[in-house]
Amino acid sequence: MGKKTIVPIGPYHPLLEEPEFFKLYCDGETVVDMEWETGYNHRGIEKICESKTFEQVFYVVERICGICSTSHPFAYANAVESIGAVEIPVRAKLIRSIIGELERVHSHLLWVGLAGHFLGYNTVFMWAWKYREPVLDMFEIITGNRNSYAMFTIGGVRRDIDENKASQLIKVLEDVKIKTDLLVGAVMDDPVIHARLKGVGTLTAKDIHDFGAVGPTARASGVDIDVRRDDPYAAYDMVNWKVITVKEGDVFAKAEVRLLELYESISIINQCLQLLKKEKEGDIKAKVREIPAGIGIGHAEAPRGEVFHFVKSDGGNSPVRHKIRAPSYNCITTFRRSCIGGTISDAAIATAAVDPCYCCTERMIQVYDHNSGKRTMSAAELIKLSQQKTEELNKQFSAKDRS
Amino acid sequence: MGIKENCFKKSLWVFHLSAGSCNNCDIEILDLLTPRYDVERFGMKLVGSIRHADVLLVTGIVTKKTKARVLEVYEQAPKPIIVIAVGTCPCTGGIFTSGYNFAGPLDKVIPVDAYIPGCPPKPEAMLAGIVKLLSQPPKSGNPRTTSEAQP
Repeated sequence: MGKKTIVPIGPYHPLLEEPEFFKLYCDGETVVDMEWETGYNHRGIEKICESKTFEQVFYVVERICGICSTSHPFAYANAVESIGAVEIPVRAKLIRSIIGELERVHSHLLWVGLAGHFLGYNTVFMWAWKYREPVLDMFEIITGNRNSYAMFTIGGVRRDIDENKASQLIKVLEDVKIKTDLLVGAVMDDPVIHARLKGVGTLTAKDIHDFGAVGPTARASGVDIDVRRDDPYAAYDMVNWKVITVKEGDVFAKAEVRLLELYESISIINQCLQLLKKEKEGDIKAKVREIPAGIGIGHAEAPRGEVFHFVKSDGGNSPVRHKIRAPSYNCITTFRRSCIGGTISDAAIATAAVDPCYCCTERMIQVYDHNSGKRTMSAAELIKLSQQKTEELNKQFSAKDRS
Repeated sequence: MGIKENCFKKSLWVFHLSAGSCNNCDIEILDLLTPRYDVERFGMKLVGSIRHADVLLVTGIVTKKTKARVLEVYEQAPKPIIVIAVGTCPCTGGIFTSGYNFAGPLDKVIPVDAYIPGCPPKPEAMLAGIVKLLSQPPKSGNPRTTSEAQP
């Protein structure tokens, strides 16, 4: 082993929007080891939820993550409704699925844009985000807000989708589909993207099982899991769609899965809208008097994978325990497999490939070493960062001999 | 008009700092750069280092862990700097005020020049906030006119 260099990235750096810290141990250009540290975004949401009523918790869990701000209320609703054995109206089921899939469309477009940005294809970034705007407009028309939709409530949804909105939505989706064709063409046929993404950050099916990764990360390695099909909730068992899986497991496969899922999502929304039309007028909310004592488990397929919520009720007004597990929590651990052995320049896209969402994941405030019981994070070493945040991410500094 | 005020007239370079946000405001800030809003036509752009920035945009509540980092970033900033709190979280704390990891709203940590409330504020609201801030005469004691402003 030669001399190793440590490349610190973060917590504040131009690559990702959120604070997180990576330490890449490099031998030449090759990453030989990596550590990461999260916890900057920890806001104590589980504890805050215990001080809110069941209805209010929706608006807290929505703010776990701004990008997948429907998946958390979705999973929470499933959990609370499983305690009370609440049967929600068909119309509410359909609207829930529509919002969930619309969110997947916007989230995947966002990821494609960011991935293009990481690769240096700023055109893809601009395009994808431009095509995403009409979707956000639709959110504003349907729910009243571009992000954080506040659509869900116990027993149903808070706003209806009427004929007028449905026809607008269909028009927007047609447009998004055309634009997706463009994007798929641009990404799938570009020789540079092939060269840059194929064989990079490869995860095998065994890695996925070892680390427990979920969502598109798992499906890109040929692991056929999707909560929407395996344990149907809302309206997912009322429509026809298929789970996209790709065998390769590299970053290209992850991009492929996400792009192809866009078509599936659009198809699900269209089918839901048709069913909604047939359903005519109806309740969008079941009357729920109280939540009995008991425990409830709910999960939902977020754009990044399975979101899991555990809620315990003692028959009172608010949950006595609320446990949340977000998909990035599982997926982030795969970085060790996907980055080590690659070059530093590939580390950026390999970490971005799982679409990490740190605000979902933040669990702890401090990291303690298991053996010595010492705090492993040191503020002084982390703070060097800010000066170094130029585009030249790969610049190496602070050489250190670890051997 | 002194040289310090003059330097805020055009082409603001913005450094974005997520103290402990939910990503919502952050993606709306990124949205400002994309074709529909396109703030780069005003010469505004996101820069990678606080040392190049005229404006510090802060999103999210200040958590106990990020408090020291926010201070550090502020100290490294070339003064005068405009600090803008984007979203309800840095303005007041919002829904997270009762959380055990909440280290106070942003103005308890560093001096703030403008507040843009909303969860998340629309991109138009962010633009309006910046325009409002720049079109008002600088107040005395305002941190962006005093280079020795200490948090």
